[in-house]
Amino acid sequence: MISVLKAGPLTLVQDLGRPGYAHLGVPHSGAADRPALIRANRLVGNPDTAAALEITLLGPLLRFNRDARIALSGAHMPATLDGKPLPHDASVMVRATQLLRIGAARAGVRAYLAVAGGIDAAPVLGSRSTDILSGLGPAPLADGQRLNIGTLDEADDRPQPAATLEAEPVLHILPGPRDDWFAAGSLDTLCRQPYTVTPASNRVGVRLDGPVLPRRIVRELPSEGLVLGAVQVPADGKPLVFLADHPVTGGYPVIAVVLPEDIPKVAQARPGSRLRFAPCAGVA
Amino acid sequence: MRFLPAGHNGLLVELDSQAAVRALYAELRRRAPPGVTEIVPAARTVLLIGSGLDALKAELPGWSLPPVPEDSGPLIEIPVRYDGPDLTEVAALSGLPVTEVIRLHSTATFTVAFCGFVPGFAYLTGLPAALQLPRRRQPRTRVAPGSVGIAGEYSAIYPRATPGGWQLIGHTDVNVWDAARQPPALLMPGTRVRFVAQPA
Repeated sequence: MISVLKAGPLTLVQDLGRPGYAHLGVPHSGAADRPALIRANRLVGNPDTAAALEITLLGPLLRFNRDARIALSGAHMPATLDGKPLPHDASVMVRATQLLRIGAARAGVRAYLAVAGGIDAAPVLGSRSTDILSGLGPAPLADGQRLNIGTLDEADDRPQPAATLEAEPVLHILPGPRDDWFAAGSLDTLCRQPYTVTPASNRVGVRLDGPVLPRRIVRELPSEGLVLGAVQVPADGKPLVFLADHPVTGGYPVIAVVLPEDIPKVAQARPGSRLRFAPCAGVA
Repeated sequence: MRFLPAGHNGLLVELDSQAAVRALYAELRRRAPPGVTEIVPAARTVLLIGSGLDALKAELPGWSLPPVPEDSGPLIEIPVRYDGPDLTEVAALSGLPVTEVIRLHSTATFTVAFCGFVPGFAYLTGLPAALQLPRRRQPRTRVAPGSVGIAGEYSAIYPRATPGGWQLIGHTDVNVWDAARQPPALLMPGTRVRFVAQPA
């Protein structure tokens, strides 16, 4: 068991999400930075599907009530175990009664703390993920809460490479489905200058400030299905990129979709930082 | 039928009508193409997510899509108290007496076209033309769970407290979403709904 002495601003239980219910309006959800969750899980010998903690910008203060193997991946948050620095991206043994303090992110937004055996919370529709849009899954961590550690026989210790957090990442996009709803040259406009991540960003999506993308077709778009990484352009012409908790359908046109390998870069983009869009190789 | 790309593993199929969407959705559910993990019907589109979509795209125009009869889905009756905060405004905007608004809404048969917005939020088609009105200019920051609203060509029941811009005409105690239930959504694509007016 783990005692949550301080929860931090937003610490969530996350696994790989709840696929298969989109037709009922249920978002996929799951870790915003999936490779970072998988890396943390593999470092402690968990299957990729195990639930871990997704820590946003500032970490929690945790006391371990039993021995446990842990790993911290993703955003760089300085952590200490009974005051001694905890290595990032490494498997570490924690002893019962030890205190784990995770500090403020120096790079990136979301760190993942995996515990061998996984975080045990009640699954909802097959997943332990917290979906901030629809309120499914465990509540965000609260001060004084206790977390159970599960037991998992199956192990996956294949290495998962650590990600590098770039200062101004490039997001590769595929045009469509509604690029034809925008003024001529809008895809070029999207790719020409960097966009700035605004503080109104969360697990639903990252909102961007930068060149406006004017519409060619201005009538309302009937709601249609949305995919992860969709670059949707609301009425103000400023794009947003949808992340794990994005709604299943939306009523604003999507000009392009970010490739899955670049989604973690969006999930780790800090408010105030910049990112760029670029067409995929081979796409005119 | 028009195909629009939606990222590396998505395909948006655009159709001419809600009836065509219903027919394609029913056929996709029936055939359950291998590799397809999500089939998301909406107003004029069906989104497919998964693998093997290039092959499916080549195959789809050759499918026969039997129309889904309007009365083929299960019918659910939902008791409603017509006491919503926008009821009088809806009456004014539509130029009808309140009693007529209630009569129109509670005698129509609706069909779930698709779900979205939040889990269990079902977009119901079948709203009489006289009640088809725009959303409120200013959305509410909180709409009570069970609120029955109308907007555009749709009616819907809010499954839980959320912000919302629909015109609220009534309220029901029926729980349309319960994650512990299987299936969790009471109103699924194709389900028919009739609202039964309760004494206020």
